[in-house]
Amino acid sequence: MKKVLALTLALVLVVGAFAACGGTGNNDEPKMLGMSDSPLPAPEITKDYEIKEDFKIGFICLHDEQSTYDLNFLNAANSVQDALGLTNEQVIIKTNIPEGNECYEAAKDLANQGCDIVFANSFGHEDFMIKAAKEFPEVEFCHATGTKAHTEGLKNYHNAFASIYQGRYLAGIVAGMKLNEMIEAGTITADQAKMGYVGAFTYAEVISGYTSFYLGAKSVCPTVTMEVQFTGSWYDATEEKNAAEALLNNKCVLISQHADSMGAPSACEAAKVPNVSYNGSTYDSCPETFLVSSAINWAPYFNYIIACVNKGEEIAADWCGGIAEGSVVLTGINQDVAAKGTIEKVEEAITGFKAGTLNVFDTANFTVDKKALTTYTADVDTDAALTPDTEAIKDGYFNESADRSAPYFNIKIDGIKLLNEKF
Amino acid sequence: MMAKNENKTHSPLFHIVKREPLPWYSALGVRASAIILALLLSAVVITILTQKNPIEIYKAMFEGAFGSTDRIWNLLQQLAMLLCVSLAVTPAFKMKFWNIGAEGQVLVGGLATVSVMMFLGDKMPLPVLLIVMIGASVLAGIIWALLPAVSKALWNTNETLFTLMMNYIAIQLVAFFLKKFVKSGSGVLTPMPEYGLPIINEMPYLLNIIVVAVLTIMVYIYLKYSKQGYEISVVGESENTAKYIGINVKKVIIRTLVISGALCGIAGLLLVGGTNHTISTTTAGGRGFTAIMVSWLAKFNPIVMILTSFLIIFLERGAEQVSSQFRLPSAISDIITGIILFFIIGCEFFLQYKIVFSKHRKENE
Repeated sequence: MKKVLALTLALVLVVGAFAACGGTGNNDEPKMLGMSDSPLPAPEITKDYEIKEDFKIGFICLHDEQSTYDLNFLNAANSVQDALGLTNEQVIIKTNIPEGNECYEAAKDLANQGCDIVFANSFGHEDFMIKAAKEFPEVEFCHATGTKAHTEGLKNYHNAFASIYQGRYLAGIVAGMKLNEMIEAGTITADQAKMGYVGAFTYAEVISGYTSFYLGAKSVCPTVTMEVQFTGSWYDATEEKNAAEALLNNKCVLISQHADSMGAPSACEAAKVPNVSYNGSTYDSCPETFLVSSAINWAPYFNYIIACVNKGEEIAADWCGGIAEGSVVLTGINQDVAAKGTIEKVEEAITGFKAGTLNVFDTANFTVDKKALTTYTADVDTDAALTPDTEAIKDGYFNESADRSAPYFNIKIDGIKLLNEKF
Repeated sequence: MMAKNENKTHSPLFHIVKREPLPWYSALGVRASAIILALLLSAVVITILTQKNPIEIYKAMFEGAFGSTDRIWNLLQQLAMLLCVSLAVTPAFKMKFWNIGAEGQVLVGGLATVSVMMFLGDKMPLPVLLIVMIGASVLAGIIWALLPAVSKALWNTNETLFTLMMNYIAIQLVAFFLKKFVKSGSGVLTPMPEYGLPIINEMPYLLNIIVVAVLTIMVYIYLKYSKQGYEISVVGESENTAKYIGINVKKVIIRTLVISGALCGIAGLLLVGGTNHTISTTTAGGRGFTAIMVSWLAKFNPIVMILTSFLIIFLERGAEQVSSQFRLPSAISDIITGIILFFIIGCEFFLQYKIVFSKHRKENE
């Protein structure tokens, strides 16, 4: 009998503990303004073409919906499927495919299932996609973030990216406005306007990202400086949290990140320091510190490749969607944290981007070793030795993503200090 | 405590008694009914959680494993790789040396292979390169297994902790290698198929499969018919007995772990040189741990291990197809796999033991 009693008691305790976890909400919080509408929302997907009845597209994702990076792709795939009225048999999704021979097997399997297009979402998938592309010349293989399509010379292998540096520049404006507010309120002096940035690797995609974020902030707050801490991983919640805390200890008053976990945003929420997020909103978990987030919207690219295949047109070897295509989006701005007049500043910059009058990497806006940059040979064509091969400075600005879709801006500019370069 | 309880007429609800070995047909029957029960329970869980027809789900699992020629090749290749690592851990486990470091041993084997491909690939003719690759991978695997083995033999250190720690070191070594030698900073090393193992008849996985088949037979013969294999069983059953009959236990531990490490090194060689032609921190893919289950389920018999690793790979391939075809989160297929494995491991227990309910229970209460 005693045993039964003990067991019952234990069960009651466990159930009680779970019930207690659920009941933390209280109603007497001050009224919050919440999120604004997005200044740069995802556009509606439209089609002006007929889709063949036996058309199929397959997606290969590195992780599943648990990772913010993959969730961003999966959401885009689902929205395109709904907008175009495709069935689940026509849109085949494979998740948790590692960056190894498994990717080649998955790509082959999708081709065998009759897919007209196979898409893979992670950088390390590239070589295995190329291998599969060579075996299935009649199937189109599209790969996000890759760098080899323009040199590989395969008709059915393509790279895609987005000019996310524009999105990060806009997010930087939101950050800069917040810094100005702090300076005006006297919380910090103009010299103390220092931001922190958690990056994954010392790699062009990350360098291009944090530099554009910094330049956005600098466009409204000229005294801003920034420190960058690298983690050596795209997804490592502990390391990202540690990096954010290290930056906070260094007296950074605002944090942003280019990594996929909640590590940095939650460290900011705990320390009550404003945070600019990436890949999507973290407002729900961090309502008191979330400012804004930029993200790549992959739906326009998916719509583009589906249109090409169904119209019998060729897919570009490199495709880099911008604000005009709807590939770069912003979440709403958190009005409880952001400074007054932020939305207007952001909208002004969006108009500038659309008109082509605003360039993120305008050489008038940054210096390298205290000198303006007049020439720079970037490594655009991938080779093991990283030989610089293409002049990137044209018409007074660095032409990011012009000669291939993936970013290649990897210059270390003044005002940004790298705390660790071990990765 | 025990005696006191008995005096107070407390008797346990039931006790577990070792049973006589069952005849083969009963044992087979128990196993078959365990699998049927597992499938039934999974069907109930699937219906409740997903409102999908369980028959369709099981059909998709078969499709995923055998649906096309490429899928069958992939299944055989995955089976061969898991079996190879399982063969590697078996001699150690049979000796009751808890080697949970196969993951790291495979990884350093792979790292040695990829280093040879990268730095010596263009410096020597292919046949010589292949010999160097084999030597380097086997040696690396041996070193990774030997460190915990020697420490255990000389200072009686805890091999579970030691081998586990060596896994982490191996993973970090690979991460360091990728950071140091991949110049773009992306951490992704471009594959080098030009320095890979030879391909037989345009069937890229055939060599791996043949190598593992030969290894399976060799390990079987070694464990069952050789004097050294017998020594392994004796040390595993009782170290004191082994000492008493004059077996040098330290020597057996070290010798067995050399074999274990060498086989892991070969697994790394096949994974890197035979299939991936590159390396990442996830190249071993958890096989070092799954192999432990494969080996135990087969009671350390290499021939039965073909079946148990087939079971695991079949479930894995099937689960992938299920989550893709029905758009289910991968957790659902993990639940199915979990239920099936639970029943199979559970039935092995009931094949060896039986539960005897106490007859006096009513009187006692």
